[in-house]
This record gives sequence, structure tokens and C-alpha cells, in this order.
Amino acid sequence: MNYNIILAGVGGQGSLSVSVLIAKAAMKSGFQVKQSEVHGMSQRGGEVLANLRISDESIQSPTVPKGMADLVLAFEPLEALRYISWLNVERGVVVSASEPIRNIANYPDIDLVRAEIRRLPRYKLIDADGIAKAAGNPRAANIVLAGAAAELLPVPVSALESAIDEIFAKKGDAVVRANRKAFDDGRLQSGN
Amino acid sequence: MAEMVLSGDEAVARGALDAGISGAFAYPGTPSTEIMEYLQDNLEAYKSGLHRAGLPGAMPQETAPGTTPLPGTTPLPGGLSGTIVAQWCSNEKTAYESALGASFAGRRAIVSMKHVGLNVAMDPFTNSALVKINGGLVLVVADDPSMHSSQDEQDSRVLADFARVPCFEPVDQQDAYDMIRQAFDYSEKYEVPVLLRLTTRLAHARAMVRTGTPKMPAPRPKADDPESWILMPAMARGRWRLLLGKNEAFRRDSEETNTLQLRSRKLGVIASGLGVAYFLENEADWIAAEGGAGTGAAPSLLRVTRYPIGHEKIRQLAAYVDKILVIEEGYPFIEREIRGVFGAPVPVIGKMTGEIPLDGELTPETVRLAMGLPVRAQLPPAGIAVPGRPPQFCQGCPHADSISALKEALEGEADFYVASDIGCYTLSALPPYRAVESCVDMGASVGMARGASCVGQKRSIAVIGDSTFYHSGMTNLLDAVSHKTALTLIIMDNSTTGMTGAQPTISPTSQLPALLEGLGVERSHIRELVSLRKNQEENAAVIREEMAYDGVSVIIMKRECLEYLKKARKA
Repeated sequence: MNYNIILAGVGGQGSLSVSVLIAKAAMKSGFQVKQSEVHGMSQRGGEVLANLRISDESIQSPTVPKGMADLVLAFEPLEALRYISWLNVERGVVVSASEPIRNIANYPDIDLVRAEIRRLPRYKLIDADGIAKAAGNPRAANIVLAGAAAELLPVPVSALESAIDEIFAKKGDAVVRANRKAFDDGRLQSGN
Repeated sequence: MAEMVLSGDEAVARGALDAGISGAFAYPGTPSTEIMEYLQDNLEAYKSGLHRAGLPGAMPQETAPGTTPLPGTTPLPGGLSGTIVAQWCSNEKTAYESALGASFAGRRAIVSMKHVGLNVAMDPFTNSALVKINGGLVLVVADDPSMHSSQDEQDSRVLADFARVPCFEPVDQQDAYDMIRQAFDYSEKYEVPVLLRLTTRLAHARAMVRTGTPKMPAPRPKADDPESWILMPAMARGRWRLLLGKNEAFRRDSEETNTLQLRSRKLGVIASGLGVAYFLENEADWIAAEGGAGTGAAPSLLRVTRYPIGHEKIRQLAAYVDKILVIEEGYPFIEREIRGVFGAPVPVIGKMTGEIPLDGELTPETVRLAMGLPVRAQLPPAGIAVPGRPPQFCQGCPHADSISALKEALEGEADFYVASDIGCYTLSALPPYRAVESCVDMGASVGMARGASCVGQKRSIAVIGDSTFYHSGMTNLLDAVSHKTALTLIIMDNSTTGMTGAQPTISPTSQLPALLEGLGVERSHIRELVSLRKNQEENAAVIREEMAYDGVSVIIMKRECLEYLKKARKA
């Protein structure tokens, strides 16, 4: 079993945290993982990309080869489009936040961006910000998306839940509960 | 012994601790920063863990047989000597020299930096190759091919070769951990510094690492042979000959360590670093495409993990296969050595023949194509243009306000030069600011503004951050003071090294005016401003005043970095 994930977002959205979360859960479930990210200057409000590879055998390349991603988990819709060529033609799925971050002057018409995502063979578009806000925890939009992708991952939901508990434990019970709720709300989304 | 998930940087740091280092020294630089961060975050826990574990050899150093305690060391409770230090330094040169001093004093030391940092440390690096290294000395350099966060993509293997020191190159995180431990032993065995080379994707990717039994710091007596540490010409000549002789041993050792598997005759691959990982990623597809089965049908493979390379296994490979493909991250370093002037007995392909691009990092795709495999099927790209999203100032960044004030001060001026430096403020080169005209190397803003002013440039302005100023700006300022060069230096003092994730600067903000005065800048031309949007008009007026001054002015624009505040709140 090999499962390859591209996590794409904009600096400050918490995409790297979700990569850590899934990696933890995968390891707890007995898988090998390789996780790759870019640090430094590019993180300042720019594109942030993390690669996460999960396997039951040893993993070579630290990055996901093009045409090999099972999942593009995008925390921003334009960022989803950037990684289409990484998707596996037969089974690659895009799970993307639907709301744009327009911090560049030439951001395209958002309806066109969403239409491009809807053109893909398999996708879920999720109003992660809206769901997180409605749940009273606007900072947990990234965890909503992790929830929306949960059923696709080769990792049991319980392992993801305990990884959330572990990661947020330091911040207290209230934060753990809020993130578990965000995760559950995400899982309920069918996406369209 | 434990299993833990570590990045390449962290694996190096952990390996250095387990190798029994006493000193770690560094200046921040992507992708090497996390080595020192890991050491600092884990040092205390590590020390008490060593003690608690009651490891073999974990007796108090002061009573260990055959060792001499350094004078003035304070034992921690339990007797473990408290001399493991992990420190940020002013720049890579000072960091290197500290590590070298620790080696002289008989302790193992690691010094880490990014590739361009080694340019700054070249003087101690090349010359330390000639001294008789005492405590093991390992230099870790993280190269950044593709320039994710850098201004060039130089290859540190070339610099190891230049200095005639051995270079180790890991393939993955486990290798990084194991190799740095071997590098310390090797350094002490041959009394030479060892360079361990990482590249971005290895430094910043995480994988499971199995750690070994930690070794306690085992101090040796300080170096007692002045002949081998005083590089006056008469002594240096002998030391240089000795080093050249050692190089024969380095080659022999590489020959033994670098592994050769003779399999298919159709293709021979010589790979190092991540090149090995990308080759293995595509190996099964190559076997399938050739209609073979099993590893016996795989391309023949020479894995290079140490330099200078031995030549015998390369000859064996060349005698066995029809064609050799060299896969290496960075320059065509191995490729150039084996290709030579007179041609190889079999075709050699790689970066010099265009099968792999000369620039940029390796990818699974470039290696796949070089192996003669077709591109994997892909979905058609988006039907609309997907614009890039370049990095930008954080919301509320003090640099943005400082740059806005500078822009306002320059409004209506036609003749000026704004030199920038290495740091987040270089982002002001991009729209909407387009405020600076050059960015070359650490500290260059001050020297370039000065040089331009010397030859007649009006309103020569240098923009630099506090950390970069301490790193390499101060000496340029001293030149300006000495020659009374007219220039306006703007130090954007955000109290931290921001771009690499907010590491502490070497000197506090409160000391900066005194330091400038000490360098000879007139007190009345050291101006201190607070970078806030509401101060913009006022700040612009001060910049205009100082631009009009025919001498050295320094304007300190202060406000803390937001990343730094975030980090401070967490701590």
C-alpha cells in the first residue's frame, strides 16, 4: 500500500500542522511515512507545499512524483489547481477549501477557479472557513479539511482523533474539544 | 536506542549529540537552521537523560580515566560535565572558529550553516584542513539547489574538494544520523575536519530514524603540538604535504564505503544523496520497461556516500555496462571527474550532456526521464492561468512601514541608490514597493552603498536588518566612518533573525546606538525611529534630513518582528 498526499496552502493556514497530524496517525497505525516541506522565505504569505507519503514498505523519494498523488488536500482553491499534474489519473482526489485568499493582485475570478476544480474527476469543495466559524473556532479550518479527507486516508479515524488529542493536549481540553468538533464537522461534509 | 521521526537537520543534530559533542555553533540560514534549533530545544533534556540512563561510560567526566578536565568547567548535579553548549554566533566565520577552538581544546564540535554561509567561513575552513584536528570537528553544510531560500545554488562538495577535506553525503535521514557519528570518528582518526553535506529536501523531510547508543563527551587533552597548529609558512608547507598524503587514504576509504552492485549491463547508475532516492523511486518501472524481473534485472548501481571518490569501482562499472548515468544533486561533480578530457570508455550521461538539467534540484521526474522512462500519465492542467503567489511581508510587518517611510522620503528624487541586503526586507524589491535596487550577499548593502557614494553616487542608502548588520555590516560601516563616506544606513531593527524563523540576534537592540557610536558614527547622526504607519511622515522627514547630510548617518528603525512576538508568546 502506498498513499501519497500533496498538502497545499498559503503561509499561516496550518497546512504543515495537518501534515504532522496525518503523519502521526499513520505511524501509530503501523505505516512508514516520509514528510517533506519547504521552510524559510517562501513561507511568508506565499505558497506552502508539504508532501506526505504513507506506505507499508520503505519510501524513497521525499516528494510525491507527478501523476502519483492519491490526494491533493488544498487549504485554498487556487492552490489546488497548482497541483493538478500531481494527481493520479485513475484515483487522485482533490479535497479543497472553497474560499479564496486573495493576497495577490492577479487572483483569477473565484467562480472560474471553482469551476476548474469541479471539472476534475474526483473532488470535494468544502467551505472550511464557514464551518469552522459556525462551530465557534475559526482557526480550525485546517482541521475541518482534515476531517473532510478522513474517509479517503488509509488510516483509521480513531488514529486521527487520537493524534488531534495529542497535538492539542498542551493547549487544554477546550481547544482539544473544539478541534475534535471541527474534525467531526468536516467528516460530515460531502462536498460539491 | 530509540525510534523517532526526525528531519535530516534534526537527525544530524541528534547524531551529533549521540556522538558526544561538547560544542555546537551556527548562524541561521535555510535549510540548515533546524540543526541548531533542535540542539537548543533538546540540550537540557538530553543531558539529564544521559545522566539518568546511567549509560556505559556515563561516569562523571572529571573522574574518567585518561581524561583531563578543562579548567573552569562546572559539573552538573550528578557529575556530568556541564560543557555541552549550543550557540548562535555572529556569523559563520565566528561559528567555525569557535568550533575549531573547541577542537583544539580536545572536545568534539559541530558547526552548521547554509551553503553560502560557507563562503563567509572559507578562511577558517580551508586553513583548518591543515591543522592537527584534536577533538572531532564536523562542518555540516546544507545546500539549497533550486534556491528555495537562497541567492545561488553552489555545491559544497566542490569546496570540500578545494580544501582537500573529506566530504560525507547522506541519502536519507537514517544515513544523516549514522554518518555524522562516523564523521566524528573519521575526523579524529585522520585529524582533519569533515564536511557533511545536506540538500534542502533531505534537510527538511522527516522520516523514522533509529538512534544508537549515545556516547559521552570524552575530552582529550588540549592540542600539545604547536608545530601542527601554527600555520606559519615553514610549518604550513609540511602540513599541506601531510594533507595531500591523507587524501590518498580518503580515496581508499571512499572506495571501500561506496557500494557497487553489478546487475543489468544495459545501464550503470552512479548516484549520490537524493539522487539515490529518486533512482530507487523509478527502479521498478525501469525493470518492468525492460521486461525483466527482480533486482537482478535492475540497473547496475554505484552508490557514492563519500568524497574524494575512489576510482576502481568506477572502472569496474565502466567495464561492465554499456552506458553510465550520473545522478547527483548540485553541480556535475562526480560526472566531471569521471568524464575527464580524453573521454570515457563508455558513454557517460547526466548534467553535462543535458539528460538532467544543469540547474535546479533533482526531482523524481527529471531522474525518470534521464533513465529513459516515459512521463507518468497526468490530468490536463487547469484551463485558466494559475498565477504564482510569491512570499510577501506578514500583515503588520514593521519592515513594510519602514520601507513605506523610505519610499516617501525618496518621492520626487531622481538621483539615488538604495542597496538592500539578505533578509525579509528584500521582499520590498517586489511590487507594490519596488523600493530597493540590489541584493547580493550578507552585509553587501553597506559596502555597495559606500562604494557607489565614493565614486559620486548621490543619496546612497543601505537597507539592512539588525542580524545581517552584526553578521557582516559592521566592518563596512567602519570603512565608511574611516573614509568619511556620505551614506545613509537604515538598520531595520526587529530584534531577531526573522526570515529563518526568529532566532535571537547576537546583540540586543538597546546596545545598538552605543555600538554605532563606538564604531565612530557621530551621536547626532544616529537617529532612532519607531516603525509604525502612524509615524510614516515623521520618519520620512528624518530620512530626508539624514540623506542631506554629507557624512555617515545611521537611522535605526525599530519594532519587533511579528514572528518573534508569536514565538515569544508561545514560550
